[in-house]
Amino acid sequence: MKYRKERLDRGIKARCEDIFALSSYREMLYLSLPRVLPVIILLILPLLKGVIGMYWEKVLMITCVIALLALSWDLMASVGLISLGQALFFGAGAYITGFLNHTFKLPPILTIPLGTLGGALFCTLLLLPVLRLRGVYFAIVTLTLPLLLARFIETTKILGGTEGMSALSPLPNIWVEMYVPVLALLLCLFGFRRLINEDYGLVLQGIRDNDRAVMSGAINIYWFKAQAVFISGVAGAFAGAFMTHYNQVVGMAAFAMDYSILPLTAAVLGGVGTFAGPTIGAFILMPLSEVLRAVGTLRVVFYSAILIICVVGLPEGVFHYLRRKYHQLERMVEVG
Amino acid sequence: MQDKTLLKVELLNKNFGGVAAVVRVSFFLQEGELLGIIGPNGSGKTTLVNLLTGFVRPDSGKVIYRGRDITGKMPYKIAELGVARTFQMVKPFYQLSAFKNLIIPLYSSRVKRLRGGKYGDRDDVAIDLLEDVGFERDSSVPYKVASSLPHGYLKRLELARCLALRPDLLILDELFSGMSMSEVASTLPIIEKLSSEGLSIIMVEHRLKELFRIAHRVIALNFGSKIADGSTRQVMENEAVKAAYLGSEDES
Repeated sequence: MKYRKERLDRGIKARCEDIFALSSYREMLYLSLPRVLPVIILLILPLLKGVIGMYWEKVLMITCVIALLALSWDLMASVGLISLGQALFFGAGAYITGFLNHTFKLPPILTIPLGTLGGALFCTLLLLPVLRLRGVYFAIVTLTLPLLLARFIETTKILGGTEGMSALSPLPNIWVEMYVPVLALLLCLFGFRRLINEDYGLVLQGIRDNDRAVMSGAINIYWFKAQAVFISGVAGAFAGAFMTHYNQVVGMAAFAMDYSILPLTAAVLGGVGTFAGPTIGAFILMPLSEVLRAVGTLRVVFYSAILIICVVGLPEGVFHYLRRKYHQLERMVEVG
Repeated sequence: MQDKTLLKVELLNKNFGGVAAVVRVSFFLQEGELLGIIGPNGSGKTTLVNLLTGFVRPDSGKVIYRGRDITGKMPYKIAELGVARTFQMVKPFYQLSAFKNLIIPLYSSRVKRLRGGKYGDRDDVAIDLLEDVGFERDSSVPYKVASSLPHGYLKRLELARCLALRPDLLILDELFSGMSMSEVASTLPIIEKLSSEGLSIIMVEHRLKELFRIAHRVIALNFGSKIADGSTRQVMENEAVKAAYLGSEDES
């Protein structure tokens, strides 16, 4: 008696095709739940600070920051640019924000937007000559740029040198501290998903899959790549700008490799190209890392083991797995 | 046929590390002409197309399109000017459906300019284009993912992708290669119609019978150099061309 695994769309999924999704509340709930529930949870979590405690609220904040960097990574990957240096965006946003606040005494309400846009612009201009490079060569340059900038700051002693700039203005109140990253994350998540599903996103994916064909269609692929880098830069630089005022200090640690590797790992864990995947990946990795802190030095072993199991067991990413489970049921059927 | 030169190619040269791919090739194309380019494998036909469309920079020589020097310009700039090309190795967007493949060229600024900026009906435009190249309109074929389409359809999708740009010059690089007899028979009238409507076409082809039926003029390449240039009759009867294809007969 031989069996094979069969996957079928769930009844409700099949009933939800096209316009029929509006036929009953149950169908509409089925479709909207995976989108609405995370939003509601994320918006409520900061309100529960009495229950959860400030420590976990801080974890939520750093998770949102890493998720923003992961989204930024994913957008660049969607146009075919694999980056090993998201820390470049983070550090650029962080330093410009810190500089504006430290030197010109501008308030956070001005420095954060200026740092975000300035950081994105600076990184785009810096990466402009490298956009023509293919695959791994682009990755190597992105890997080295944050390190290069950190050393540059160290040796020239500008922008505070090794000590950095401290005693920066704090954020107005605790609600700003908690809600700004959450709202920024939701904005980027849904914004990027909408972008990639529009025709503009189709052009970006075309550039990733087959850039010669896109070029022969009278589209300037380098201009589009630059735009994608800028938009990614906005998300990444915002993360850095926010953290500068949250910590009230900025230093060379803003270019730390953690800010490159963690988002990349989160994206691969969650599912590359889906935007929801990197977000989920960040929300798995960061709390997990905090929980394992109690284990002491063995933490790295557990952490790596979990990562390896996830990547080997779910190569397509956690998000694809969850979506498949949600939409399809599996059963064994007889063969022959 | 107006007497106006659309494309002038002067002494194009390209070496690939010691291999002379294109050697001092010159020719011109009038508006509305259908020019065939023939030659045995390795004679430099595809390199010539790449040189004309900006995918390869020539070592020397000039390509002048409508009086403008487009030598070595970026491919998307040349396409923007109205020069569309197919690829010998078909390059569709495999994960997209057939009509979505056309959305990307329809997104270009050239199309926006020519169509007057109205973008809302791009789906209809895409389906119409597919119907023009022979996809059955009312079937599910235009909506099938490109990776599931047979080769002949992919070739016609390439053609549709070019036509989406509303080109003034269409360069077809071995469009008929890999197509069955029936597919060639159904695609040939489309090319004929485009030519009769005044579109200038350059066709690189191996299938000489079909090419000679519709070409106004033909040039022949061998080992990178032009060995013949004239009407189809002249080139068909040219000794050098015959020798290039069949090999010179050694009667000793």
